[in-house]
Amino acid sequence: MSDSTTITIEIDGKSIQVKPGTMLMDIADDNDIFIPRFCYHKKLSVAANCRMCLVEVEKAPKPLPACATPVADGMKVFTKSPLAIAAQKATMEFLLINHPLDCPICDQGGECELQDVAMGYGGDVSQYDEGKRVVNDKDIGPLIETEMTRCIHCTRCVRFGIEIAGLQELGATGRGENMRIGTYIESALESEMSGNVIDLCPVGALTAKPSRYTARAWELTHHDSIAPHDCVGSNIHVHTFRGLANRVVPKNNESINECWLSDRDRFSYQGLLSNHRLRDPMIKVDGEWQETDWNTALEKVRDTIADTKENSGSDQMGFLVSPSATLEEMLLLKKLANGLDVSNIDHRLRQVDFSHQNQQPKFMSLGLPIEALDTIDAMLLVGSNPGKEQPIIAHRLRKAAKNGAEISLINHRDYSLSMPLHCQLTESYTGLVSLLAEVAQSLPGFNATSLPQEAKALFDKAEPGEDSRRIADSLNNKKISAVVIGNQAINSPCYSLIEVFARALAEQTDSTFGYLTEGANSTGACFAGIAPNRKLGGEIEDRSANTTTMLSEPRNLYILHNVEPEYDFADPVVAVETMIKSDCVVCLTPFISDDMKIYADILLPIAPFVETSGSYINIQGKIQSFKGNTPVENTQARPAWKIMRVLGNLLHIDGFEQLSSADVLQEFESELSAIKADNQANITEVCVLDSVDSKLLRSSQVNMYRVDNITRRATALQKTPAGQEDAVHINSNTAAKYNLNNASRVRVKQNSTAVGMPLKIDNSVADNSVWIAAATNVTKKLGPMFGVIELEVD
Amino acid sequence: MANEVCFKNMHLDRPWTLETYQSSGGYSVLKKILREKTPAAEIIDELKTSVLRGRGGAGFPTGLKWSFMRRDEPGQKYIVCNSDEGEPGTCKDRDVLRYNPHALVEGMAIAGYTIGASIGYNYIRGEFWEPYERMEAAIEEAKAAGLLGKDILGSGFDFDLYNHLGAGAYICGEETALLESLEGKKGQPRFKPPFPAGFGLYGKPTTINNTESLASVPEILSQGGKWFVDIGKPSAGGSKLFSVSGHVNKPGNYEIPLGTPFRELLELAGGVRNGRKLKACIVGGSSVPVLPGELIMDVDMDYDALMEAGTLLGSGGVIIMDDTTCMVKVLENLSHFYMSESCGQCTPCREGTGWLARIIHRVEKGQGEMADLDRLEDIAEKVGGNFYKRQGGRTICALGDAASMPVLSFLKHFRKEFEYHIEHKRCMVRS
Amino acid sequence: MANLRDGLEKKTLTTLVSSKAIGRIDKWIDKYPLEQKKSAVMAALRIAQEENQGYLTTELMNAVAQYLGMPNIAVYEVATFYSMYEHKPIGKYQICVCNSISCMLNESEELFHYLQERLGVKPGEVTQDGRFSIKEVECLGACTGAPMVMIGKEYYENLTHEKMDKILESLN
Ligand SMILES: Cc1cc2nc3c(=O)[nH]c(=O)nc-3n(C[C@H](O)[C@H](O)[C@H](O)COP(=O)(O)O)c2cc1C
Ligand code: SF4
Ligand code: FES
Repeated sequence: MSDSTTITIEIDGKSIQVKPGTMLMDIADDNDIFIPRFCYHKKLSVAANCRMCLVEVEKAPKPLPACATPVADGMKVFTKSPLAIAAQKATMEFLLINHPLDCPICDQGGECELQDVAMGYGGDVSQYDEGKRVVNDKDIGPLIETEMTRCIHCTRCVRFGIEIAGLQELGATGRGENMRIGTYIESALESEMSGNVIDLCPVGALTAKPSRYTARAWELTHHDSIAPHDCVGSNIHVHTFRGLANRVVPKNNESINECWLSDRDRFSYQGLLSNHRLRDPMIKVDGEWQETDWNTALEKVRDTIADTKENSGSDQMGFLVSPSATLEEMLLLKKLANGLDVSNIDHRLRQVDFSHQNQQPKFMSLGLPIEALDTIDAMLLVGSNPGKEQPIIAHRLRKAAKNGAEISLINHRDYSLSMPLHCQLTESYTGLVSLLAEVAQSLPGFNATSLPQEAKALFDKAEPGEDSRRIADSLNNKKISAVVIGNQAINSPCYSLIEVFARALAEQTDSTFGYLTEGANSTGACFAGIAPNRKLGGEIEDRSANTTTMLSEPRNLYILHNVEPEYDFADPVVAVETMIKSDCVVCLTPFISDDMKIYADILLPIAPFVETSGSYINIQGKIQSFKGNTPVENTQARPAWKIMRVLGNLLHIDGFEQLSSADVLQEFESELSAIKADNQANITEVCVLDSVDSKLLRSSQVNMYRVDNITRRATALQKTPAGQEDAVHINSNTAAKYNLNNASRVRVKQNSTAVGMPLKIDNSVADNSVWIAAATNVTKKLGPMFGVIELEVD
Repeated sequence: MANEVCFKNMHLDRPWTLETYQSSGGYSVLKKILREKTPAAEIIDELKTSVLRGRGGAGFPTGLKWSFMRRDEPGQKYIVCNSDEGEPGTCKDRDVLRYNPHALVEGMAIAGYTIGASIGYNYIRGEFWEPYERMEAAIEEAKAAGLLGKDILGSGFDFDLYNHLGAGAYICGEETALLESLEGKKGQPRFKPPFPAGFGLYGKPTTINNTESLASVPEILSQGGKWFVDIGKPSAGGSKLFSVSGHVNKPGNYEIPLGTPFRELLELAGGVRNGRKLKACIVGGSSVPVLPGELIMDVDMDYDALMEAGTLLGSGGVIIMDDTTCMVKVLENLSHFYMSESCGQCTPCREGTGWLARIIHRVEKGQGEMADLDRLEDIAEKVGGNFYKRQGGRTICALGDAASMPVLSFLKHFRKEFEYHIEHKRCMVRS
Repeated sequence: MANLRDGLEKKTLTTLVSSKAIGRIDKWIDKYPLEQKKSAVMAALRIAQEENQGYLTTELMNAVAQYLGMPNIAVYEVATFYSMYEHKPIGKYQICVCNSISCMLNESEELFHYLQERLGVKPGEVTQDGRFSIKEVECLGACTGAPMVMIGKEYYENLTHEKMDKILESLN
């Protein structure tokens, strides 16, 4: 008899063919036989501690836990026999003796697994007369409220930390009935996936702090949607209460986010409720802001556009578009631009090196399905911190690493990613390219002849160390391998050089090459042609204009779609100055801010994510559409695609007859279905490295909770340790070199800007590098994300 | 016939030294095995012949346990000794560690050889500092004599032995909790399967034996399995250590042949203190069912006879209670113990042991009600099954069963005393 | 929100305990496979505790965690699970009185009360001179010597009140 043959077991009289060794619980679940459970969770290790799933197994001297009992041939299982039911009821009784019986005042009431199971298995009257356990709560941060008296010690939350988040923050301290789940000391959770314990917790012990006590589960309306903050496109359910987003929970999609969600995607909805919401269209008249109606506002926009085109020419117009705009919005914007003969349109707001833009692939993608990351054997990530940028990607890689995959990083700073790493090399942003050259050097037989001159020079100079060799070997020897460049690589002044080396390494080690991009819809933006050098459909045309030229040579008119220049550009200071200098700035925006009141001239309130319908193309090239859910309460905000349609018509441009966002997509159906996310390209044009020898260089990452206008207004996220990050990080070597060892604050100078900031000695930062997060309230007053910087004691 | 195996050297001066141990033939078995490269199967057969059953409490045949290890498969394997001795009423392993540490060292080396383990850990409870120091000294001596370490006596067999100290937790006596603890975690028992022989310490195949079991091995192999089994009963060979405590004149550890009548053991221990009447006895450590004096007196101290009499041999902790003892108070004490020592991971034990303890506390204080007694039985069964109905417990490890056996047995044999407490709000015996 | 974790200045174990203690901890680490350093956590906590007048602090636990490459919470779990770790100051001599069955049958309860009276402290308190504290503990595995107590690393068995007095006097 071989192991792989199936065996036959019987559950409740039903005969079932199964694989030997499978756990009873899984078989029952597959066959729609319900066995109550608390500690069991399909994504977590088996703990078998709650004892709720006890079933009767023929010939066993006692009831056995279905979650931890492997099947054997001929096994006869009874899930509802008197013995099984008695055992399950007994467990229920034990769970309830120390659990408060006040479901009406518990936030979990109505969606509590304990409550549900108690309906079926609980006794009517408790025979428990002794005092109940009361547990004091500790503050574990702004996202999760604890009410540990309700905890039933299933340890799902603890196992989540160890097994999924890779960061053990919750634990079970003490023993026996004094065992307590928590952080032991008061301490905010730091995992970027921490909110998942809210879903995992079967009772009301861990609940979502922002939405706690705001509505009962049965009062909520559920809508499917797609998370808008990274290129993963996690599937979500938005729960609304009286028309307003009340909370967000993951929607299971095994090929994307499984049952998980990043904290950013879970709690960003709070931004929608911000009191910065723009209620009405507004126009600036003689320097004074006035509310107005849509007709007036749109006619004003039309007139301004027509005026600019006629008097100054189309080149005096610029469209700057959020990479998280929907595909439909992008398509209509591109049509509008085409109709106006405007080529100044871009979504690459934080990119500064455009040297190779005309040689880039039609679509920028990961190069493989997100799901395939689980089973990768080796990966080199360059300029990327997926833990903070695309937490689900980091989770997938963590899974792979657990199975032995060799994950290597080349970055400006050591990122932990909460997983075992094969190698991590750090350098300043120019040095990073040399590190790649070293890896290439260490690759036996690396063919450098096809490298562009600038890259070849670096290659020839490279003196590889032990770690570069290990990375090269890993890519070379492992079966399924990939080289991926991330947000920070794309935003680097050396982007083109990084890409050239990354591609060469991928090609010559038989690895896939891919990108991790900013925003939810960068791939969609390629398709829609939201770049001066791309046509509708993604095709490249040879053009040199880009975001930087659009900003360095001010135009008369800017249309900003979902963009806040003070945060969303590589150099926020230059961006804001340019806006102020221009004649007219039209903002399509859900929010109004003090900065905006200064640089903008016309504000059009648009419906943000959740309130509008549309689609995103995620990083694996998958198009995911979602419906607009909530009618916006007491605002005039309209879905942006509708506004664009009206504008198109007002400007007498063809092709703006769509009745729904789906109509917009329909037009491109065949092109969309032909999207090939293969990243094919041959790059020969690269940037020239400035000589920055012996200078301090700033490198940067956008603060994870400030990536777009919604997250920046999500109050709870702002209160997390990550949301509060606002310091200058340098390592102790650099501190010593610049005599900053004892400084607690420094004055930071970049170009013509200077601000005072706290200083943190942090040895994760590369030598001679200064790491400062971008898009914060302080750093919006500072120069570019990457560049020469000076520090002095404040 | 006493003190023939683990306590063999008890009468000698400084029996814990290598010199004394060797003077009475110590390490000759290990040397012989290494010299002759005795096949593992032969050693296991000899152990099977001896019918040595695990002395930690569960009584699993040691030879059979060793045979589960796939000796010749590659990869690290471990032999682990359970010196966590924490079962109330039991303190025999402490004396093995203090007075005959080399027997344990030799026993573990032989076990390592037999199961293919090159590393052994001896998990000693944290409070046993003196025994720990004796063991450390013994290991040092053995190392210096070339009896431990690399390529022992040129045989090609490597064996390193280390002591690990606990830090106060009865549950770490449970073998899988012990492994967790050795791995630097809380001592929470693992769900079985997988069993340690497949997935043990650090996930590697592991055999765990009690101190007394392992320390008996050299003498068994030296004298032969047949010799050993003949000391005891056909169903379980040899002599066994019993810790006799409570209301006796000469409390102490006694090594006697299995099958010795209880009466004789009691006499060895000087009889019930002050000439009082034996009211009750727990013969196998606090976790086994109590028996009233009249039911135990004529029973033989071996696995089968005790089972027939309605209790278990357990770890051999014989707790003697005279007729001044309040059984409610004793049960209160035992239940408090299990409540304090529950690891807390599984529901019935975490919630049930406290519930039991609180009700019994109430009853003892005279604040109980009659319904409490049925309730106690009900809860005990829901936690740890029912020994009398041969029903196992509902928990991950046997601590649940251990907590329920006293409750069910005290109520079975001494219900009247509990009723008296409830009815009269005071004690029947101690008033 | 301010993190207590950040508030605590991160001190390494080497700055908190003596080099001798580090040497002892390293010896324990050597007993276990290379990648299983955390097996030494129980010993490390015990040694750290000994160096800190018999009790652990969050700072010490964090330092042990860092030294062994463990998450802090994993160390808190261990340090709160086992009964021999203390989290509050104790006396120079902590008297652990066994309360389990064999000792109870031999009047350990009376001994415990006697000690409380004589020292004028309740469990969890420390005498004013800082010398004594008392603690009730479960079976210490010396049942044939009941009643018994453990003070530091020593067992004292077959106790009477008089014997106990003598022991207290000898602990000067
Ligand atoms: C709660 C509990 C406590 C135990 N305590 C001990 C102990 O202190 N010493 C011991 O040797 N076995 C103890 N055991 C039994 C062990 O799990 C295991 O069966 C034994 O160490 C195996 O060794 P043996 O086969 O040589 O007896 C305990 C079991 C349980 C369930
Ligand atoms: S807090 Fe919730 S998830 Fe965590 S152990 Fe308690 S009941 Fe389980
Ligand atoms: S679900 Fe099986 S024991 Fe908890």
